[in-house]
Amino acid sequence: MSDTTLAHGAHAPHKDYEGAKTGMWIFLFTELLLFGGLFLVYSVYRTLYTHDFHLAAGHLNVPLGVTNTFVLLTSSLTMVLSVTALQKGDRQSALNTLGWTLFLAGLFLVIKFFEWSAKIEHGLYPGSPVLKSLPAGEGLFYGLYFVMTGLHGFHVIVGMILLSVIAFQVKSGRVHQGDFVKLENAGLYWHLVDLVWIFLLPLFYLTN
Amino acid sequence: MTDKASGATPPRGFYGPEGGGGGLLSWVFSTDHKRVGLLYLYSLLSFFAIGAILGLTMRAELLMPGQQLVSPRVYNSLFTLHGVIMIFLFIVPGIPAIMGNFMLPLQIGAEDVAFPRLNLASWWVYMVGAFLAVTSLFSGGGAPDTGWTFYAPYSIRTNSNVSLAVLAAFILGFSSVLTGINFITTIHRMRAKGMGFFRMPLFVWSLYATSWIQVIATPVVGITLVLVVLERLLGIGFFDPAAGGDPILYQHLFWIYSHPAVYIMILPAMGVISEILPTFSRRTIFGYKAIAMSSMAIAGVGYLVWGHHMFTTGMSDTSRVVFSLMTFLVAIPTGIKIFNWVATLYRGSISLESPMLYAMAFIFLFSIGGLTGLVNGALSTDIHVHDTYFVVGHFHYVMFGGTGIALFAALHYWLPKISGRMVNEKKAKRAFWLVVIGFNLLYFPMLVLGIMGMPRRYHDYLPIFQTPHVISTIGSWVIATGLVLMFWNLWSSARRGALAGNNPWGGTTLEWQTTSPPPTLNFDAPVTVTAGPYERGEGRTA
Ligand code: HEM
Repeated sequence: MSDTTLAHGAHAPHKDYEGAKTGMWIFLFTELLLFGGLFLVYSVYRTLYTHDFHLAAGHLNVPLGVTNTFVLLTSSLTMVLSVTALQKGDRQSALNTLGWTLFLAGLFLVIKFFEWSAKIEHGLYPGSPVLKSLPAGEGLFYGLYFVMTGLHGFHVIVGMILLSVIAFQVKSGRVHQGDFVKLENAGLYWHLVDLVWIFLLPLFYLTN
Repeated sequence: MTDKASGATPPRGFYGPEGGGGGLLSWVFSTDHKRVGLLYLYSLLSFFAIGAILGLTMRAELLMPGQQLVSPRVYNSLFTLHGVIMIFLFIVPGIPAIMGNFMLPLQIGAEDVAFPRLNLASWWVYMVGAFLAVTSLFSGGGAPDTGWTFYAPYSIRTNSNVSLAVLAAFILGFSSVLTGINFITTIHRMRAKGMGFFRMPLFVWSLYATSWIQVIATPVVGITLVLVVLERLLGIGFFDPAAGGDPILYQHLFWIYSHPAVYIMILPAMGVISEILPTFSRRTIFGYKAIAMSSMAIAGVGYLVWGHHMFTTGMSDTSRVVFSLMTFLVAIPTGIKIFNWVATLYRGSISLESPMLYAMAFIFLFSIGGLTGLVNGALSTDIHVHDTYFVVGHFHYVMFGGTGIALFAALHYWLPKISGRMVNEKKAKRAFWLVVIGFNLLYFPMLVLGIMGMPRRYHDYLPIFQTPHVISTIGSWVIATGLVLMFWNLWSSARRGALAGNNPWGGTTLEWQTTSPPPTLNFDAPVTVTAGPYERGEGRTA
């Protein structure tokens, strides 16, 4: 939290590495709980409609899901590399690896887009006539699928915006070897996005 | 503590040019925690006023059986809006957003909160949420009519503007999470030298516990409300029995947040009382650690009692017994606080200025609220009083008689610090009695009505219920008069009251060591703490 010229005048901004990390961890905790609510809904309906969930999951495209998992895992790796590079003072390589992270995030979304459109083409979307004709549990499964992967995808987009902003700050030198906590926090956020997906994959794709 | 107006002016402190001056922009873009606190003060009190007017309208409608002022449909919208505004816009942000923002850094000897810009952002997010909530009244299919709980499946079926109101509640929750994160980090990282956790004032402890609940509970209701919106827009069917969904699941998810939210409302209030009692009885607080730890205990146990809102709506007997037991457990840390407060007063040299009067009223009203809560918490009696006016009476005693009154206490207590001027005591006392008497006239009959069997959320009633309803409506006029006088007095005292000086009440916590109003960076020199927060006589170097 810096450059608050308006109220604090010439006063030196307060910098606190530990504080910034503490705040970020608590925020990540709230994110987990946000998804936690959905996982709760999932577990309730999975218990109620085990058989329907089983059938519905069979229609998901496992190879695409697994590919996406690798894409995200690799992006987490490039994220870590970026943070380490900046800590070592190697700005160029930090930027390069950050670029890779952004690219992989984009790739993830593209694959997700094709998956979603295929489902929608087959009439499998919330409230669709096809789903209404199927047993209730399958409808709920697809409801959950779209809501949870949708919320996750939204987090990917937010993560991409965040990482781009920080890439610019690395480039301009506002985030640098001596003050890299923003990049590190963005990295933490990115790992969370990755982590959530690691749970989504088995819950949706691998239950058939 | 005389009421004589004086020609002298207090120092300008953070109101002055150094803090950004007086222009509107310098306020709404200020990252100074004191200015953000005051932004919240004015916003919250405006919404309180709107909510109170809606409440008064309902009371007027209920003066006589049959339809007087408003149609049943409008009445439904009235209690929904009244509930939404009072809960999400007023009492949940309430004391932490106003007094926490202003006092937390002062009480721990810091310059500001850990993330000042995030703090300002949380106010803006709050205002966006508030704007959407107000817009939902006038747009779409009309004002929401589901009650503030947005219970499915009606909230999914009604064509009133539920989506927008729910979205507003989600955004408001986001604001509250940001504040929570900020406060926790501030308390961990920004305490003055020498202030260990057990030297923190109890108000800070209560904010700490509250912030944790905000952080832990709010995301769950956040996602639940998003689901309601998606349900309405896309028909995902999670809470719709026709699509195989379960409306009871909605209730669970809703109360997983909304019950802990009750403790978000009450813990800071208890913190305020724990500050006022030692100051006005000239004693150190009795059982400091017990009070601090009971805040944490309430925060912990409070997370596990949500089921008591659903005793009558379909749960297994085992869960009902467990939830009922947990509910009774909350009474223990609450009781610990009340006994410690009373023990603080014992043999103290008590002076009854307005903050102390409100603190006393808090203990009295909150005790009624707490005891009636046990009636709701016990399985057998709850069957009788569920969804009756007993519940309406109960939660007004807790929320309004507890948190609302504690906020008034805090306003009287800290006004000298905030404005540099004293409250006019004579007028404050007059307003106080009107508020307290009006309060009981307004809400005690509701408890009686509930036992008699009058259901809540009806615009009409049988003639046998009329006497209590008339008393209640008269009470609403008395309390309204009291509130107007009180706010008027606070306003004019802040502008024309006698000069306060640094420490008019003889308080021992750090905020009283700096000037009133405090300078932009709070203290002129770094603060070092050498004693517990309520120890008297000992010097504390500033
Ligand atoms: C002048 C002050 C107030 C008056 C006259 C008032 C009056 C009322 C009345 C008549 C009802 C509706 C009862 C029914 O038909 O079921 C009600 C409901 C409610 N009030 Fe108040 N009230 C006041 C202040 C407050 C405050 C300060 C709070 C919160 C801090 C609050 C929170 C609520 C809530 C949550 C409901 C339930 C709404 C629902 O059923 O969805 N009220 N109030």
